[in-house]
Amino acid sequence: MSSVLYDAPGPRAKRRNVLLSVVFFALLVLLVWFVYDAMDEKNQLEWALWKPFTESPAWTTYLLPGLADTLTAAALAMVIALPLGAVFGIARLSDHRWVRGPSATVIEFFRAIPVLLLMLFANEAYDRWANFTTEQRQLYAVVTGLVLYNAAVLAEVVRAGILALPKGQSEAAMAIGLRKNQTMRVILLPQAVTAMLPAIVSQLVVIVKDTALGGVMIGFTELLSTRATLAAAFGNPIASFVVVALIYIVLNFILTSFASWLEKRLRRSKKSTGAVLSAEDMEELNPAATGGTYGTGAGGTI
Amino acid sequence: MFDFLSDYDNPTLLGAFWMTVKLTVLSGLGSLVWGTLLAAMRVSPVPLMRGFGTAYVNIVRNIPLTVIIIFTSLGLADVFGVTMGATDFKVQGFRLAILGLVGYTAAFVCEAIRSGINTVPLGQAEAARAIGLTFSQTLRLVILPQAFRSVIGPLANVLIALTKNTTVAAAIGVAEAAYLMKEMIENEAQVLLIGAIFAFGFVVLTLPTGLILGWLSKRLAVKR
Repeated sequence: MSSVLYDAPGPRAKRRNVLLSVVFFALLVLLVWFVYDAMDEKNQLEWALWKPFTESPAWTTYLLPGLADTLTAAALAMVIALPLGAVFGIARLSDHRWVRGPSATVIEFFRAIPVLLLMLFANEAYDRWANFTTEQRQLYAVVTGLVLYNAAVLAEVVRAGILALPKGQSEAAMAIGLRKNQTMRVILLPQAVTAMLPAIVSQLVVIVKDTALGGVMIGFTELLSTRATLAAAFGNPIASFVVVALIYIVLNFILTSFASWLEKRLRRSKKSTGAVLSAEDMEELNPAATGGTYGTGAGGTI
Repeated sequence: MFDFLSDYDNPTLLGAFWMTVKLTVLSGLGSLVWGTLLAAMRVSPVPLMRGFGTAYVNIVRNIPLTVIIIFTSLGLADVFGVTMGATDFKVQGFRLAILGLVGYTAAFVCEAIRSGINTVPLGQAEAARAIGLTFSQTLRLVILPQAFRSVIGPLANVLIALTKNTTVAAAIGVAEAAYLMKEMIENEAQVLLIGAIFAFGFVVLTLPTGLILGWLSKRLAVKR
Protein backbone atom coordinates (compact mmCIF):
# COMPACT_ATOMS: atom_id res chain seq x y z
CA MET A 1 0.00 0.00 0.00
CA SER A 2 1.30 3.40 -0.91
CA SER A 3 -0.20 6.45 0.76
CA VAL A 4 0.81 10.02 1.24
CA LEU A 5 2.75 8.92 4.30
CA TYR A 6 4.25 5.61 3.28
CA ASP A 7 5.93 4.29 0.17
CA ALA A 8 5.45 0.67 -0.87
CA PRO A 9 7.33 -1.24 1.87
CA GLY A 10 10.75 -2.72 1.19
CA PRO A 11 12.16 -5.82 2.93
CA ARG A 12 13.06 -3.99 6.15
CA ALA A 13 9.71 -2.18 6.37
CA LYS A 14 7.91 -5.46 5.70
CA ARG A 15 9.71 -7.14 8.60
CA ARG A 16 8.94 -4.19 10.86
CA ASN A 17 5.26 -4.24 9.84
CA VAL A 18 5.00 -7.94 10.66
CA LEU A 19 6.57 -7.31 14.06
CA LEU A 20 4.15 -4.43 14.71
CA SER A 21 1.23 -6.62 13.66
CA VAL A 22 2.25 -9.34 16.10
CA VAL A 23 2.70 -6.91 18.99
CA PHE A 24 -0.61 -5.18 18.26
CA PHE A 25 -2.39 -8.53 17.95
CA ALA A 26 -1.03 -9.55 21.35
CA LEU A 27 -2.30 -6.28 22.83
CA LEU A 28 -5.74 -6.81 21.31
CA VAL A 29 -5.92 -10.36 22.66
CA LEU A 30 -4.94 -9.02 26.07
CA LEU A 31 -7.71 -6.42 25.88
CA VAL A 32 -10.33 -8.98 24.86
CA TRP A 33 -9.21 -11.33 27.63
CA PHE A 34 -9.31 -8.47 30.15
CA VAL A 35 -12.88 -7.58 29.18
CA TYR A 36 -13.91 -11.25 29.18
CA ASP A 37 -12.35 -11.78 32.60
CA ALA A 38 -14.08 -8.71 34.06
CA MET A 39 -17.44 -9.81 32.62
CA ASP A 40 -16.94 -13.34 33.91
CA GLU A 41 -15.94 -12.20 37.36
CA LYS A 42 -19.13 -10.13 37.70
CA ASN A 43 -21.23 -12.99 36.28
CA GLN A 44 -22.35 -10.89 33.33
CA LEU A 45 -21.80 -13.70 30.84
CA GLU A 46 -24.40 -16.05 32.28
CA TRP A 47 -26.83 -17.21 29.64
CA ALA A 48 -29.82 -16.29 31.83
CA LEU A 49 -28.95 -12.60 31.39
CA TRP A 50 -28.72 -12.80 27.60
CA LYS A 51 -31.51 -15.31 27.01
CA PRO A 52 -34.35 -12.71 27.24
CA PHE A 53 -33.12 -11.18 23.99
CA THR A 54 -33.72 -14.43 22.14
CA GLU A 55 -37.37 -14.42 23.22
CA SER A 56 -40.16 -12.15 22.13
CA PRO A 57 -41.32 -10.42 25.39
CA ALA A 58 -38.11 -8.41 25.78
CA TRP A 59 -38.58 -7.11 22.26
CA THR A 60 -42.33 -6.61 22.09
CA THR A 61 -42.71 -5.13 25.60
CA TYR A 62 -39.57 -3.00 25.81
CA LEU A 63 -37.21 -2.64 22.90
CA LEU A 64 -39.54 -2.33 19.91
CA PRO A 65 -41.92 0.24 21.48
CA GLY A 66 -38.83 2.20 22.57
CA LEU A 67 -37.36 1.99 19.09
CA ALA A 68 -40.71 3.10 17.62
CA ASP A 69 -40.70 6.18 19.87
CA THR A 70 -37.10 6.95 18.90
CA LEU A 71 -37.97 6.73 15.22
CA THR A 72 -41.20 8.73 15.63
CA ALA A 73 -39.39 11.58 17.34
CA ALA A 74 -36.56 11.53 14.81
CA ALA A 75 -38.88 11.41 11.81
CA LEU A 76 -41.14 14.18 13.15
CA ALA A 77 -38.13 16.35 13.94
CA MET A 78 -36.69 15.87 10.45
CA VAL A 79 -39.99 16.50 8.66
CA ILE A 80 -40.61 19.74 10.57
CA ALA A 81 -37.01 20.96 10.63
CA LEU A 82 -36.39 20.56 6.90
CA PRO A 83 -38.87 23.15 5.54
CA LEU A 84 -38.08 25.47 8.44
CA GLY A 85 -34.38 25.12 7.69
CA ALA A 86 -34.99 25.74 3.99
CA VAL A 87 -36.83 28.99 4.76
CA PHE A 88 -34.05 30.25 7.02
CA GLY A 89 -31.30 29.05 4.70
CA ILE A 90 -32.82 30.93 1.75
CA ALA A 91 -33.55 33.96 3.92
CA ARG A 92 -29.89 34.08 4.86
CA LEU A 93 -29.01 34.34 1.16
CA SER A 94 -31.43 37.21 0.62
CA ASP A 95 -30.28 40.43 -1.04
CA HIS A 96 -32.03 42.47 1.64
CA ARG A 97 -29.98 43.12 4.71
CA TRP A 98 -33.01 43.23 7.03
CA VAL A 99 -33.93 39.67 5.98
CA ARG A 100 -30.39 38.31 5.89
CA GLY A 101 -29.29 39.73 9.23
CA PRO A 102 -32.06 38.46 11.52
CA SER A 103 -32.11 35.01 9.93
CA ALA A 104 -28.33 34.73 10.31
CA THR A 105 -28.69 35.70 13.98
CA VAL A 106 -31.41 33.13 14.60
CA ILE A 107 -29.40 30.39 12.85
CA GLU A 108 -26.18 31.13 14.72
CA PHE A 109 -28.04 31.41 18.04
CA PHE A 110 -29.67 27.98 17.81
CA ARG A 111 -26.52 26.36 16.46
CA ALA A 112 -24.59 27.64 19.46
CA ILE A 113 -26.91 26.16 22.10
CA PRO A 114 -26.82 22.53 23.23
CA VAL A 115 -29.89 20.61 22.12
CA LEU A 116 -30.40 19.43 25.72
CA LEU A 117 -30.99 23.01 26.89
CA LEU A 118 -33.65 23.47 24.20
CA MET A 119 -35.36 20.22 25.24
CA LEU A 120 -35.36 21.13 28.94
CA PHE A 121 -36.74 24.55 28.16
CA ALA A 122 -39.46 23.24 25.83
CA ASN A 123 -40.42 20.59 28.38
CA GLU A 124 -40.85 23.15 31.14
CA ALA A 125 -42.65 25.64 28.90
CA TYR A 126 -45.16 23.02 27.73
CA ASP A 127 -45.62 21.87 31.31
CA ARG A 128 -46.58 25.36 32.45
CA TRP A 129 -48.33 26.95 29.53
CA ALA A 130 -49.81 24.12 27.46
CA ASN A 131 -52.38 21.49 28.12
CA PHE A 132 -50.68 18.24 27.14
CA THR A 133 -50.71 14.82 28.74
CA THR A 134 -47.34 13.78 30.15
CA GLU A 135 -46.56 11.51 27.21
CA GLN A 136 -47.51 14.15 24.65
CA ARG A 137 -45.47 16.75 26.50
CA GLN A 138 -42.36 14.58 26.54
CA LEU A 139 -42.61 13.77 22.84
CA TYR A 140 -43.33 17.38 21.88
CA ALA A 141 -40.50 18.68 24.06
CA VAL A 142 -38.00 16.29 22.48
CA VAL A 143 -39.24 17.11 18.97
CA THR A 144 -39.21 20.87 19.69
CA GLY A 145 -35.63 20.75 20.93
CA LEU A 146 -34.52 18.69 17.95
CA VAL A 147 -36.42 20.88 15.46
CA LEU A 148 -35.00 24.17 16.75
CA TYR A 149 -31.45 22.89 16.68
CA ASN A 150 -31.60 20.92 13.45
CA ALA A 151 -33.54 23.58 11.52
CA ALA A 152 -30.57 25.86 12.19
CA VAL A 153 -28.13 23.18 11.06
CA LEU A 154 -30.21 22.32 7.98
CA ALA A 155 -30.47 26.02 7.12
CA GLU A 156 -26.71 25.99 6.78
CA VAL A 157 -26.94 22.81 4.69
CA VAL A 158 -29.43 24.49 2.36
CA ARG A 159 -27.28 27.60 2.09
CA ALA A 160 -24.18 25.54 1.37
CA GLY A 161 -26.15 23.47 -1.16
CA ILE A 162 -27.27 26.56 -3.06
CA LEU A 163 -23.81 28.13 -2.93
CA ALA A 164 -22.24 24.89 -4.16
CA LEU A 165 -24.12 25.17 -7.46
CA PRO A 166 -22.13 26.58 -10.37
CA LYS A 167 -22.60 30.32 -10.78
CA GLY A 168 -23.66 29.79 -14.39
CA GLN A 169 -26.97 28.38 -13.20
CA SER A 170 -28.27 31.62 -11.69
CA GLU A 171 -26.60 33.68 -14.41
CA ALA A 172 -28.36 31.67 -17.12
CA ALA A 173 -31.64 31.97 -15.24
CA MET A 174 -31.27 35.74 -15.06
CA ALA A 175 -30.25 35.88 -18.72
CA ILE A 176 -33.53 34.26 -19.82
CA GLY A 177 -35.37 36.84 -17.77
CA LEU A 178 -36.44 34.88 -14.66
CA ARG A 179 -37.09 36.90 -11.55
CA LYS A 180 -35.03 36.33 -8.38
CA ASN A 181 -37.85 34.38 -6.80
CA GLN A 182 -38.27 32.25 -9.93
CA THR A 183 -34.54 31.63 -10.17
CA MET A 184 -34.50 30.36 -6.59
CA ARG A 185 -37.71 28.33 -6.87
CA VAL A 186 -37.35 26.81 -10.34
CA ILE A 187 -33.59 26.63 -10.93
CA LEU A 188 -31.53 26.70 -7.74
CA LEU A 189 -33.62 25.01 -5.06
CA PRO A 190 -34.46 21.78 -6.96
CA GLN A 191 -30.79 21.24 -7.79
CA ALA A 192 -29.67 22.20 -4.30
CA VAL A 193 -32.09 19.75 -2.69
CA THR A 194 -30.67 16.92 -4.80
CA ALA A 195 -27.14 17.97 -3.91
CA MET A 196 -28.08 18.11 -0.23
CA LEU A 197 -29.70 14.70 0.08
CA PRO A 198 -26.60 12.89 1.42
CA ALA A 199 -26.00 15.62 4.01
CA ILE A 200 -29.65 15.50 5.07
CA VAL A 201 -29.57 11.72 5.57
CA SER A 202 -26.37 12.09 7.59
CA GLN A 203 -28.06 14.69 9.76
CA LEU A 204 -30.73 12.09 10.47
CA VAL A 205 -28.05 10.06 12.27
CA VAL A 206 -27.36 13.04 14.55
CA ILE A 207 -31.10 13.40 15.22
CA VAL A 208 -31.53 9.70 16.06
CA LYS A 209 -28.61 9.89 18.47
CA ASP A 210 -29.96 13.03 20.14
CA THR A 211 -33.37 11.48 20.87
CA ALA A 212 -31.60 9.46 23.59
CA LEU A 213 -31.12 12.71 25.53
CA GLY A 214 -34.87 13.13 25.83
CA GLY A 215 -35.14 9.64 27.29
CA VAL A 216 -32.70 10.28 30.09
CA MET A 217 -33.37 13.91 30.92
CA ILE A 218 -37.12 14.34 30.47
CA GLY A 219 -38.40 10.80 30.66
CA PHE A 220 -39.42 10.33 27.03
CA THR A 221 -39.97 6.57 26.53
CA GLU A 222 -37.47 6.03 23.72
CA LEU A 223 -35.04 3.16 23.30
CA LEU A 224 -32.53 4.18 25.98
CA SER A 225 -35.16 4.68 28.68
CA THR A 226 -36.98 1.44 27.84
CA ARG A 227 -33.57 -0.20 28.28
CA ALA A 228 -33.65 0.91 31.92
CA THR A 229 -37.04 -0.69 32.54
CA LEU A 230 -35.92 -3.81 30.71
CA ALA A 231 -32.73 -4.04 32.77
CA ALA A 232 -34.77 -3.62 35.94
CA ALA A 233 -37.11 -6.43 34.90
CA PHE A 234 -34.44 -8.93 33.87
CA GLY A 235 -31.53 -7.71 36.02
CA ASN A 236 -29.13 -7.56 33.08
CA PRO A 237 -27.63 -4.06 32.86
CA ILE A 238 -24.58 -4.97 30.76
CA ALA A 239 -26.42 -7.24 28.34
CA SER A 240 -29.14 -4.64 27.79
CA PHE A 241 -26.56 -1.91 27.12
CA VAL A 242 -24.83 -4.12 24.58
CA VAL A 243 -28.08 -4.96 22.77
CA VAL A 244 -29.32 -1.35 22.75
CA ALA A 245 -25.95 -0.08 21.53
CA LEU A 246 -26.06 -2.70 18.76
CA ILE A 247 -29.53 -1.52 17.71
CA TYR A 248 -28.29 2.07 17.47
CA ILE A 249 -25.18 0.98 15.56
CA VAL A 250 -27.17 -1.06 13.02
CA LEU A 251 -29.77 1.70 12.57
CA ASN A 252 -27.20 4.45 12.11
CA PHE A 253 -24.98 2.27 9.98
CA ILE A 254 -27.89 1.72 7.58
CA LEU A 255 -28.50 5.48 7.44
CA THR A 256 -24.80 6.24 6.90
CA SER A 257 -24.49 3.63 4.16
CA PHE A 258 -27.61 4.99 2.50
CA ALA A 259 -26.11 8.50 2.61
CA SER A 260 -22.85 7.42 1.01
CA TRP A 261 -24.71 5.34 -1.59
CA LEU A 262 -26.78 8.43 -2.45
CA GLU A 263 -23.64 10.53 -2.64
CA LYS A 264 -21.91 8.11 -5.02
CA ARG A 265 -25.00 7.86 -7.17
CA LEU A 266 -25.41 11.63 -7.37
CA ARG A 267 -21.73 12.15 -8.19
CA ARG A 268 -22.04 9.62 -11.04
CA SER A 269 -25.28 11.04 -12.39
CA LYS A 270 -24.89 12.94 -15.68
CA LYS A 271 -28.04 15.00 -15.21
CA SER A 272 -26.89 17.08 -12.29
CA THR A 273 -24.34 19.85 -12.18
CA GLY A 274 -22.09 17.59 -10.15
CA ALA A 275 -22.51 19.61 -6.97
CA VAL A 276 -22.93 17.17 -4.08
CA LEU A 277 -22.88 17.94 -0.39
CA SER A 278 -21.67 15.05 1.72
CA ALA A 279 -21.48 14.62 5.46
CA GLU A 280 -17.82 15.56 5.41
CA ASP A 281 -18.56 18.84 3.67
CA MET A 282 -20.96 19.60 6.47
CA GLU A 283 -18.36 19.07 9.16
CA GLU A 284 -16.37 21.93 7.75
CA LEU A 285 -19.00 24.42 6.80
CA ASN A 286 -16.50 27.23 6.82
CA PRO A 287 -16.63 30.58 5.07
CA ALA A 288 -13.98 29.50 2.59
CA ALA A 289 -16.06 26.55 1.44
CA THR A 290 -19.44 28.25 1.34
CA GLY A 291 -18.17 31.54 0.02
CA GLY A 292 -19.92 33.42 2.79
CA THR A 293 -18.58 36.28 4.82
CA TYR A 294 -20.40 35.49 8.03
CA GLY A 295 -17.80 33.33 9.74
CA THR A 296 -18.32 29.80 10.93
CA GLY A 297 -20.10 30.76 14.11
CA ALA A 298 -20.61 27.98 16.55
CA GLY A 299 -21.33 25.04 14.31
CA GLY A 300 -20.18 21.59 15.15
CA THR A 301 -22.64 18.74 15.08
CA ILE A 302 -21.33 15.38 16.13
CA MET B 1 -35.36 39.82 38.95
CA PHE B 2 -32.07 38.01 39.35
CA ASP B 3 -32.59 37.46 43.10
CA PHE B 4 -33.26 33.75 42.74
CA LEU B 5 -29.72 33.18 41.49
CA SER B 6 -28.35 33.68 45.00
CA ASP B 7 -30.50 30.77 46.27
CA TYR B 8 -28.33 28.34 44.35
CA ASP B 9 -24.93 27.71 45.83
CA ASN B 10 -24.35 24.05 45.00
CA PRO B 11 -23.37 24.80 42.32
CA THR B 12 -23.61 28.53 41.73
CA LEU B 13 -24.30 29.77 38.20
CA LEU B 14 -20.64 30.55 37.61
CA GLY B 15 -19.60 27.31 39.30
CA ALA B 16 -21.82 25.33 36.93
CA PHE B 17 -20.35 27.01 33.86
CA TRP B 18 -16.87 26.57 35.32
CA MET B 19 -17.64 22.83 35.52
CA THR B 20 -18.69 22.92 31.85
CA VAL B 21 -15.39 24.58 30.97
CA LYS B 22 -13.41 22.04 33.01
CA LEU B 23 -15.22 19.14 31.33
CA THR B 24 -14.59 20.68 27.91
CA VAL B 25 -10.90 21.38 28.43
CA LEU B 26 -10.02 18.08 30.10
CA SER B 27 -11.97 15.89 27.69
CA GLY B 28 -10.74 18.04 24.80
CA LEU B 29 -7.12 17.32 25.75
CA GLY B 30 -7.85 13.64 26.38
CA SER B 31 -9.66 13.16 23.08
CA LEU B 32 -6.92 15.02 21.22
CA VAL B 33 -4.36 12.50 22.50
CA TRP B 34 -6.52 9.40 21.99
CA GLY B 35 -7.88 10.71 18.66
CA THR B 36 -4.37 11.36 17.33
CA LEU B 37 -3.35 7.82 18.32
CA LEU B 38 -6.43 6.45 16.54
CA ALA B 39 -5.66 8.54 13.44
CA ALA B 40 -2.08 7.24 13.48
CA MET B 41 -3.51 3.72 13.55
CA ARG B 42 -5.96 4.45 10.74
CA VAL B 43 -3.23 5.65 8.38
CA SER B 44 -0.56 3.17 9.50
CA PRO B 45 0.85 0.59 7.09
CA VAL B 46 -0.15 -2.24 9.46
CA PRO B 47 -3.52 -3.69 8.32
CA LEU B 48 -4.49 -4.88 11.82
CA MET B 49 -4.07 -1.38 13.28
CA ARG B 50 -6.01 0.14 10.40
CA GLY B 51 -8.79 -2.37 11.02
CA PHE B 52 -8.92 -1.58 14.73
CA GLY B 53 -8.99 2.18 14.09
CA THR B 54 -11.74 1.85 11.50
CA ALA B 55 -13.82 -0.45 13.69
CA TYR B 56 -13.46 1.84 16.73
CA VAL B 57 -14.49 4.96 14.82
CA ASN B 58 -17.45 3.33 13.08
CA ILE B 59 -18.77 1.75 16.26
CA VAL B 60 -18.36 4.74 18.56
CA ARG B 61 -19.64 7.28 16.03
CA ASN B 62 -22.93 5.42 15.71
CA ILE B 63 -23.70 5.10 19.43
CA PRO B 64 -25.42 8.09 21.05
CA LEU B 65 -23.15 9.91 23.51
CA THR B 66 -25.93 9.62 26.08
CA VAL B 67 -25.72 5.81 25.93
CA ILE B 68 -21.95 5.97 26.47
CA ILE B 69 -22.17 8.42 29.39
CA ILE B 70 -24.95 6.47 31.11
CA PHE B 71 -22.99 3.26 30.55
CA THR B 72 -19.92 4.67 32.31
CA SER B 73 -22.08 5.21 35.38
CA LEU B 74 -24.52 2.27 35.39
CA GLY B 75 -22.17 -0.20 33.67
CA LEU B 76 -18.55 0.60 34.41
CA ALA B 77 -19.03 2.06 37.90
CA ASP B 78 -22.01 0.11 39.25
CA VAL B 79 -21.29 -3.34 37.79
CA PHE B 80 -17.53 -3.41 37.27
CA GLY B 81 -16.63 -1.11 40.16
CA VAL B 82 -14.59 1.32 38.03
CA THR B 83 -14.43 4.33 40.34
CA MET B 84 -11.55 6.14 38.57
CA GLY B 85 -9.78 6.45 41.93
CA ALA B 86 -12.53 8.62 43.38
CA THR B 87 -14.11 8.13 46.79
CA ASP B 88 -16.65 10.93 46.41
CA PHE B 89 -19.69 10.26 44.23
CA LYS B 90 -19.52 13.71 42.59
CA VAL B 91 -15.83 13.36 41.72
CA GLN B 92 -16.49 9.88 40.36
CA GLY B 93 -19.27 11.18 38.10
CA PHE B 94 -17.01 13.96 36.86
CA ARG B 95 -14.20 11.55 35.96
CA LEU B 96 -16.54 9.02 34.38
CA ALA B 97 -18.11 11.77 32.28
CA ILE B 98 -14.66 12.76 31.05
CA LEU B 99 -13.91 9.13 30.24
CA GLY B 100 -17.11 8.85 28.19
CA LEU B 101 -16.59 12.20 26.45
CA VAL B 102 -12.99 11.30 25.56
CA GLY B 103 -13.96 7.91 24.16
CA TYR B 104 -16.73 9.45 22.05
CA THR B 105 -15.04 12.64 20.87
CA ALA B 106 -11.79 10.84 19.99
CA ALA B 107 -13.59 9.12 17.10
CA PHE B 108 -14.42 12.52 15.60
CA VAL B 109 -10.95 13.94 16.32
CA CYS B 110 -9.52 10.90 14.53
CA GLU B 111 -11.67 11.56 11.46
CA ALA B 112 -10.78 15.27 11.44
CA ILE B 113 -7.05 14.51 11.58
CA ARG B 114 -7.28 11.75 9.00
CA SER B 115 -9.15 13.98 6.58
CA GLY B 116 -6.50 16.64 7.18
CA ILE B 117 -3.74 14.21 6.25
CA ASN B 118 -5.71 13.17 3.17
CA THR B 119 -5.92 16.74 1.90
CA VAL B 120 -2.14 16.72 1.35
CA PRO B 121 -1.64 15.69 -2.30
CA LEU B 122 0.28 12.46 -2.89
CA GLY B 123 2.73 14.40 -5.07
CA GLN B 124 4.01 16.28 -2.00
CA ALA B 125 5.21 13.09 -0.35
CA GLU B 126 6.54 11.68 -3.60
CA ALA B 127 8.49 14.88 -4.28
CA ALA B 128 9.86 14.81 -0.72
CA ARG B 129 11.04 11.23 -1.14
CA ALA B 130 12.44 12.00 -4.59
CA ILE B 131 14.76 14.67 -3.21
CA GLY B 132 15.99 12.13 -0.68
CA LEU B 133 14.24 13.17 2.56
CA THR B 134 13.91 10.41 5.15
CA PHE B 135 10.56 9.28 6.53
CA SER B 136 10.76 11.54 9.57
CA GLN B 137 11.90 14.51 7.48
CA THR B 138 9.04 13.98 5.02
CA LEU B 139 6.58 13.89 7.89
CA ARG B 140 8.11 16.76 9.83
CA LEU B 141 8.95 19.20 7.04
CA VAL B 142 6.41 18.47 4.33
CA ILE B 143 3.29 16.55 5.36
CA LEU B 144 2.45 17.61 8.91
CA PRO B 145 2.85 21.38 8.41
CA GLN B 146 0.30 21.18 5.59
CA ALA B 147 -1.97 18.68 7.30
CA PHE B 148 -1.99 20.62 10.58
CA ARG B 149 -3.29 23.76 8.90
CA SER B 150 -6.20 22.03 7.19
CA VAL B 151 -7.08 20.23 10.43
CA ILE B 152 -7.73 23.42 12.44
CA GLY B 153 -11.19 24.05 10.94
CA PRO B 154 -12.59 20.54 11.47
CA LEU B 155 -10.99 20.32 14.94
CA ALA B 156 -12.58 23.64 15.91
CA ASN B 157 -15.96 22.19 14.98
CA VAL B 158 -15.27 19.14 17.14
CA LEU B 159 -14.27 21.39 20.05
CA ILE B 160 -17.49 23.41 19.76
CA ALA B 161 -19.57 20.24 19.55
CA LEU B 162 -17.71 18.92 22.60
CA THR B 163 -18.56 22.08 24.56
CA LYS B 164 -22.23 21.50 23.80
CA ASN B 165 -21.95 17.76 24.42
CA THR B 166 -20.65 18.24 27.98
CA THR B 167 -24.29 18.97 28.93
CA VAL B 168 -24.93 15.23 28.60
CA ALA B 169 -22.86 14.77 31.76
CA ALA B 170 -25.89 16.14 33.64
CA ALA B 171 -27.45 12.72 33.00
CA ILE B 172 -25.08 11.15 35.55
CA GLY B 173 -25.36 14.00 38.05
CA VAL B 174 -22.34 16.12 37.19
CA ALA B 175 -23.22 19.60 38.42
CA GLU B 176 -22.61 21.52 35.20
CA ALA B 177 -24.69 24.09 33.35
CA ALA B 178 -27.52 21.86 32.07
CA TYR B 179 -27.84 20.22 35.50
CA LEU B 180 -28.27 23.59 37.19
CA MET B 181 -30.64 24.77 34.49
CA LYS B 182 -32.87 21.73 34.99
CA GLU B 183 -32.93 22.38 38.73
CA MET B 184 -33.65 26.10 38.38
CA ILE B 185 -36.23 25.84 35.63
CA GLU B 186 -38.24 23.32 37.63
CA ASN B 187 -38.27 25.42 40.81
CA GLU B 188 -38.43 29.03 39.70
CA ALA B 189 -41.10 31.10 38.01
CA GLN B 190 -38.86 32.94 35.55
CA VAL B 191 -38.64 30.19 32.93
CA LEU B 192 -37.83 32.53 30.06
CA LEU B 193 -35.17 34.40 32.00
CA ILE B 194 -33.46 31.18 33.08
CA GLY B 195 -33.53 29.87 29.50
CA ALA B 196 -32.02 33.14 28.29
CA ILE B 197 -29.27 33.13 30.93
CA PHE B 198 -28.08 29.61 30.08
CA ALA B 199 -28.44 30.14 26.33
CA PHE B 200 -26.34 33.27 26.65
CA GLY B 201 -23.73 31.35 28.65
CA PHE B 202 -23.32 28.80 25.87
CA VAL B 203 -23.27 31.45 23.15
CA VAL B 204 -20.44 33.12 25.06
CA LEU B 205 -18.57 29.82 25.33
CA THR B 206 -19.01 28.59 21.75
CA LEU B 207 -19.26 31.63 19.48
CA PRO B 208 -15.79 33.11 20.15
CA THR B 209 -14.20 29.66 19.75
CA GLY B 210 -15.88 29.32 16.37
CA LEU B 211 -15.02 32.82 15.20
CA ILE B 212 -11.38 32.77 16.34
CA LEU B 213 -10.58 29.27 15.11
CA GLY B 214 -12.59 29.83 11.89
CA TRP B 215 -10.58 32.98 11.20
CA LEU B 216 -7.36 31.13 12.03
CA SER B 217 -8.14 28.18 9.76
CA LYS B 218 -9.02 30.53 6.90
CA ARG B 219 -5.83 32.51 7.43
CA LEU B 220 -3.59 29.47 7.66
CA ALA B 221 -5.29 27.53 4.86
CA VAL B 222 -2.85 26.16 2.29
CA LYS B 223 -3.59 27.86 -1.01
CA ARG B 224 -3.77 25.25 -3.73
